[in-house]
Amino acid sequence: MKQVFWTLAALVSHWRRHPANLATLLVGLAIATALWSGVQALNEQARKSYDSAVAVFSGGNLQNLVASGGLFPQELFVTLRRAGLKVSPALEGSARVGDKNIRLIGIEPLTLPRASMLAPLRETKEATKILTGEGRSFASAQTLSDLGLLEGARPKTERGFVLPPLVAIKQAPPSAIIVDIGVAQKALDKPERLSRLIVSNEAPVDAATLAPLAGDALRIVEPEDESELARLTDSFHLNLTAFGFLAFLVGFFIVHASFGLAFEQRLPTLRTLRALGVSAGALTAALFCELLVFTFFAGGLGLVGGYLIAAALLPNVAGSLEGLYGAQVSVRLALDPSWWLSGLAMAGAGALLSAGGGLARTLRLPVLSVARPIAWREAHHRYLRRQAVLAALSLVAAALVFCAADGLTMGFLVIAFVLLGAALLLPVALAAALRVAESLARRPLARWFFADGRQEISGLSLAMMALLLALATNIGVGGMVEGFRHTFAGWLNDRLAAEIYYEAATPTDARDIETWARKQPDITAILPIWRARTRLGGWPVDLIGMAPHETYSQHFTLLEGGADAFRALHDEDAVLISEQLARRLKTGLGATLDIPASGDNWRARIVGIYPDYGNAKGQLRVDHERLARHFTDVSGVNYSLRVAPGAVARVMEEMRTRFGPAIVRMIDQGELKKLSTDVFERTFMVTAALNTLMLGVSAIALLTSLLALSNLRLAQVAPVWAVGVARWRLAGLELLRILLFSAGAALLAIPLGVFMTWGLVDIVNVAAFGWRLPMHVFPGQWAQVFLLALAAALIAGLMPVTRLARSAPADLLRVFANER
Amino acid sequence: MNAPSVRNEAAPVAAKPQASEKPHTPLLRVTNLRKSYVTPQGPLPVLRGVDLSLRPGETLAVMGESGSGKSTLLHLVGALDHADGGEILLDGVDIAGLSESARATARREMIGVVFQQFNLISSLTVEENLAFQARLAGRLDPQWQLTLTRRLGLEELLSRYPEQLSGGQQQRVAVGRALAARPKLLLADEPTGNLDEASGDAVLALSLELVAETGCAFLMATHSARLAARLGRRVRIEAGALAGS
Repeated sequence: MKQVFWTLAALVSHWRRHPANLATLLVGLAIATALWSGVQALNEQARKSYDSAVAVFSGGNLQNLVASGGLFPQELFVTLRRAGLKVSPALEGSARVGDKNIRLIGIEPLTLPRASMLAPLRETKEATKILTGEGRSFASAQTLSDLGLLEGARPKTERGFVLPPLVAIKQAPPSAIIVDIGVAQKALDKPERLSRLIVSNEAPVDAATLAPLAGDALRIVEPEDESELARLTDSFHLNLTAFGFLAFLVGFFIVHASFGLAFEQRLPTLRTLRALGVSAGALTAALFCELLVFTFFAGGLGLVGGYLIAAALLPNVAGSLEGLYGAQVSVRLALDPSWWLSGLAMAGAGALLSAGGGLARTLRLPVLSVARPIAWREAHHRYLRRQAVLAALSLVAAALVFCAADGLTMGFLVIAFVLLGAALLLPVALAAALRVAESLARRPLARWFFADGRQEISGLSLAMMALLLALATNIGVGGMVEGFRHTFAGWLNDRLAAEIYYEAATPTDARDIETWARKQPDITAILPIWRARTRLGGWPVDLIGMAPHETYSQHFTLLEGGADAFRALHDEDAVLISEQLARRLKTGLGATLDIPASGDNWRARIVGIYPDYGNAKGQLRVDHERLARHFTDVSGVNYSLRVAPGAVARVMEEMRTRFGPAIVRMIDQGELKKLSTDVFERTFMVTAALNTLMLGVSAIALLTSLLALSNLRLAQVAPVWAVGVARWRLAGLELLRILLFSAGAALLAIPLGVFMTWGLVDIVNVAAFGWRLPMHVFPGQWAQVFLLALAAALIAGLMPVTRLARSAPADLLRVFANER
Repeated sequence: MNAPSVRNEAAPVAAKPQASEKPHTPLLRVTNLRKSYVTPQGPLPVLRGVDLSLRPGETLAVMGESGSGKSTLLHLVGALDHADGGEILLDGVDIAGLSESARATARREMIGVVFQQFNLISSLTVEENLAFQARLAGRLDPQWQLTLTRRLGLEELLSRYPEQLSGGQQQRVAVGRALAARPKLLLADEPTGNLDEASGDAVLALSLELVAETGCAFLMATHSARLAARLGRRVRIEAGALAGS
């Protein structure tokens, strides 16, 4: 034990003398942990919210019965209860309270299964008030806080419906209000309609029991079936995880470089310790103890950083998830202890991977050093050969994965292997360029400049690789986002061709507004946007009913479809299908779909495929009258208006004055485009933040590598100084070399980044979301990244170069100290 | 750099211990020791059957030209390397046959080594370096530590780091470290090889004095006949075998 203790003391003393190296290691490990754990915290918070939302109905291992075509009549519930099935009705829908979207959930407390998460409501003192008197609404404390309401308040929906007084309970999911089912039916204007039946686990239902009673109107959803929301958002979270992992990798490079440098610097000490009688096992144990201390300390710091990053990004992520998927995610971060443990484990894994090589070498370290010293040139060649071989293997692996697999994982793996191969190739490329430059140089100082540069490469290679990855990711992800922005803007202009969009409170109000609008000379068209829901191939699908109008044939972009697609849409049983739904169903133009409708299957032919960027669900566009015929619960309250230019504001004002609460929501084209664009921008703000952090991390990697190498550099620079080159000149050459290395990394980052854009646009996006974006390149962005690289190198190089310029002659002379 | 001003600098070389003062049982007995190195051209024999013995308190110089095998002999006796054949009995224990961790224990507790390149731990101060091996062996004696510090003239240098010392100063620290744990056997591999003549003589003189005080055996490898003459016995290695004493 004392052997390990004193050995550990000797090892730790190294960091006392090399605080820059220690800082590099701790900062690198902390940052890598922070970025990874921050992303995982965001994912975990979202998943907890989804689970909480799902648990309202299926928590407690409860089956649910739902309809394929959306809502179903309340009579089915009565039929099943009379047949002895222990089912409880529920209805859910969206409503707005103030400016917040909330999920309104209606339940019947008396028939709720005992195992239900909400069953304890029956036992509370509020239970009697649910059904009698003024009733009760239940929500979580966080929801109350988000709505700016206190307990006892009576929230009002956008339709003017006043909900019962609020009570805070912890069982409620985020952004949801739970009321009696009768109240929900009135508030959502769905009289005698239900969205599901919750089955008691004392008497589960099977298909054989259900079929004679409900036909194919209802299907069974088992509790273990993956939540629809979790499935929809899987790709979003996987993208976030991939980004977090890439950021972790960049931080990992710093840690790896630090451990490697520390090992080389401590090699004489390690040999001395072995010579003095420390066994290989004791030495390795001491190094391992040191590693554990670093893991706990830096990992702990990283977890705090990760928590802060997640807390800062959570509002944007929650907004993106709501905008893209309709998901309600709590913005108050609440993490399980498992998150802390997994973060520490990741830090430990990163540290072990970084230091593992050194630990293994220590275990095998011979007590005596090799008699034959290996010249730096030979070591350098071996290093470059190894890099080249590893790079080649990585690129071959990328090609193999591309040919052999498909899907989202394949996309990420191909990008990862190519990034890794390019990073490994960077030192080889730099060394080759320096060799060519050296051969072309005529002046002795220039020749030394390039030759010395080759000697410096192996010490800086990991920092350069980290910089390359960060720059390539900036170009790659930035190119994808910018391309998406261009495409999205153009597509949005086409999609939002109408000038005004509104939602009436009821279908009766909608008809009144339509009657009035037909008489207005400034309103040139009234376009219904009726909605229904169904499921196809296990995926939720929205059906949008459209009226025949030239607005669509002129503005509604089709990726595939004939000139008469819109004519066929209204004259036949035909549909337009969104790109992502077509991919999911592996169908195409001319194919036939059997669409589950209210009580029947609607067979329709696909006459066009259209882009539907940003929509996670599937979508079908159909004729609005045919939609109303096949779906009894069509939401016939949404419309858009074509209005003469310059008359929009006046028309909207007149509608507000005339119809008041009959219009639940109204927005003009400009405002709607802004809202849509905001969702887009919010989504990519997270990636932009991670991008910037990664670039910062790689700049830190460069700075700390240069600081750590600065003492070694003295030994290489001193002989040149001794023969008559001034220190300031040597420092200037040092800075020039750092800038050249960074410029080399930036040049390689450009094609690598373009490849990454292609990978993201053509493989990852398509697999994750179902839509394919046109590929765009932005040379202006490349120039920006190039300058960023030089700026990073300048900032990183300033301190060590200044130190060199100011080093005392005694420091340089010490290199030559000789006792003989 | 000049040789330090230390106590007993002008004192005569430590007297060779009288045979009647030393126990008769050898502390170290080497029998038929063989060692080869593997090269691309095939095995290169370095030691071809070396026999020697050393009693407690005895001082022995192993002389030979560069490449003769003297350093290899010291490395094997010091449990720093594996022999190909033969026996090395140190205080009755055959260290040639020990496991890796047992040899580490032997190095720690029974042997002190002074290297040509000093091999101090660069991140520890002089004081920490001096105490290091004794701490490892669990035998730190503060009084003996103080004595060594004074005798080696290191009082003013305790808070310095190795790179802040001259070569002679560093070697004195190395000697102090080796002796702090009161080893049974002190090995020195060309201890003055990196020092000027004056510094080298001073270091050797101090080492011999301290060895005489502790009663440990002292085995030194050197190519210098002048330095070898200061030890009690001399042997010469030629072509991997002892040429005679």
